[in-house]
Amino acid sequence: MSTTAKTIRPLLDPDPPLVKGEATFSTVTRDISGIAEKKKTPIWWWVAFLISGMLAMNLLVMIGYLIWEGTGVWGLNIPVGWGWAIVNFVFWVGIGHAGTLISAVLFLFRQKWRTSINRFAEAMTIVAVICAGIFPGIHVGRIWVAYFMFPIPNQMGMWPNFRSPLLWDVFAVGTYFTASALFWFTGLIPDLATLRDRATGKIRKTVLGILSLGWRGGHRQWQHYEIAYLLLAAISTPLVLSVHSVVSTDFATSILPGWHTTIFPPYFVAGAIFSGFAMVLTLSILARLVLPQVKNYMTLDTLERMAKVMMVTGMMVGYAYSMEFFIAWYSGNAYERFVFINRAFGPYFWAYWIMVSCNVIVPQLFWFRKMRRSIPVLFALSIFTNIGMWFERFVIVMTLSRGFMPASWDYYSPSFVDILTFIGSFGLFFTVFLLFLRFVPIIAMAEVKGILPQAHVHHHSHEKESAQPGNGAMAEGVTS
Amino acid sequence: MSDRKITGVLALFDSPEALVHAAEKVRDAGYRKWDTHSPFAIHGMDEAMGMKRSKLPWLVAGAAFAGVFGGLVLQGWTSAIEYPLVIAGKRFFSYQAFFPVTFALGVLLSVLASVFGMLGLVNVKFHHPVFSSDRFGKVTDDGFAISILASDPQFDANATAALLKEIGGDVDLLEEEE
Repeated sequence: MSTTAKTIRPLLDPDPPLVKGEATFSTVTRDISGIAEKKKTPIWWWVAFLISGMLAMNLLVMIGYLIWEGTGVWGLNIPVGWGWAIVNFVFWVGIGHAGTLISAVLFLFRQKWRTSINRFAEAMTIVAVICAGIFPGIHVGRIWVAYFMFPIPNQMGMWPNFRSPLLWDVFAVGTYFTASALFWFTGLIPDLATLRDRATGKIRKTVLGILSLGWRGGHRQWQHYEIAYLLLAAISTPLVLSVHSVVSTDFATSILPGWHTTIFPPYFVAGAIFSGFAMVLTLSILARLVLPQVKNYMTLDTLERMAKVMMVTGMMVGYAYSMEFFIAWYSGNAYERFVFINRAFGPYFWAYWIMVSCNVIVPQLFWFRKMRRSIPVLFALSIFTNIGMWFERFVIVMTLSRGFMPASWDYYSPSFVDILTFIGSFGLFFTVFLLFLRFVPIIAMAEVKGILPQAHVHHHSHEKESAQPGNGAMAEGVTS
Repeated sequence: MSDRKITGVLALFDSPEALVHAAEKVRDAGYRKWDTHSPFAIHGMDEAMGMKRSKLPWLVAGAAFAGVFGGLVLQGWTSAIEYPLVIAGKRFFSYQAFFPVTFALGVLLSVLASVFGMLGLVNVKFHHPVFSSDRFGKVTDDGFAISILASDPQFDANATAALLKEIGGDVDLLEEEE
């Protein structure tokens, strides 16, 4: 009897509180602003910043070397004209997708738990998209004519070819970056005003006053603000689904077996969300470690929810892997069949099986509640997923190494420049992210305050309410 | 005191609930140049303040249309008229291939319109009478306030302050150096 009760209890439990501890509006302000206002920068921050800063410098050196010497410094060869650069591009864009999913899609679905991680995840999106944009940007070879990608009237009377998926990428990723950055800034305005009103120094007050655009928190402002936020979420939702679909068309519009498939857009989008959530998980676990005050906001329940999203998207990715195989067999197309057998048992079999183990097999651990709620397991799995998702893109790109003509087959391996550039992109990612952690409110304070039980107003039963003030809020507090 | 001008009245309240009730009373008293200030958007305040719906969605819809239309024209004109290139024998005006860029430009313009349109509608001001109160900073933390500005035709420093006190507010006079 008692065991049955124990097993079904989790199902019957009401939703756990979104913010743990005795949260009031002012504790939210103090906890979160305190991180950005700390006078003394913590040692862990300096150590992390120095390491990632050095790696970012190395990225600059590698880019400089590439521009000086040309793309020959990479491991590219003739069948494999796209090497790690495109792998890294797709990898980083994919990571960005979780941020937009959390800030836009979960907002439309009224998933209130998103408020504690949306600022954080969106910052990750912006940095990830910057890292992504670097790779195709430097891959064009003659980067001084990179402006050819934009429809700029020029003396040659030349215009870009809008029928090329590579140009679609320019527009999709460019729009994605602009939209994410503006969405992020819009969310920041009220929080910057909070920092402004807490600032003591004159310079700090002035700078924050300008950045917060003189925000007064007036309802005549909130009204338009809320609508703008809703519209941005509604616009970003199809955008996030389209960006990785467009990225997948870089491959899918070619006539190469293994690439020329209609499954690519949904398969890429699911993979993007999968890898993005893994990165959010990695970063939030690290943030909880170094900034203990965020533990009440990024609760274990929030982490568990992210694990569930990862499990679902991981299985979608697994489904896509198996469906690709099935179609390769079912189509009766000898070339298609060869490509897939070659993927699993050809020269890059190791990459294929790393991908399958990390993305399909390991995430099955998330079926167990205990695993979803264990920080070390979550952390390890989030890293595995990121490795697996990088290899997924590697496996896809390596389709190039064995095309229609066996005479042109070749084996691709990266050069040290490829490797250091990729490591350098992590340096850039963490450098910018650390700056964000240090100077910006890392949790959307105004949004978290709005989901506290005290914020709820029962405006339809005024008479009853005024007889027993605070009744509604109390009842809310009990159930949550 | 003679060199100071009264620019309005600010009243602080304890909770979002109290603010909504107070707002209803100020609305009923017929004030126009007033606002409620809170650390987060309060649900139901539009009604309590008697506000009309935001016009922002119309602006954004217009921008979205302009982006889609402009995107199609840009691609059609460059690819079919100004700079026709034969690529894999595809049609010059291949509308299917134009879809992603058309969509992206529609999104781009809507996003820009949402953010900048919102900033245009919220009346961004770096100097505003409410900032003259030392206690105003509380509304970005945990304070709830109503401000009524002197520019309101019905404004009378004493009567307005008395009204706000009567409905439970903790009143501050907003003043400015002449």
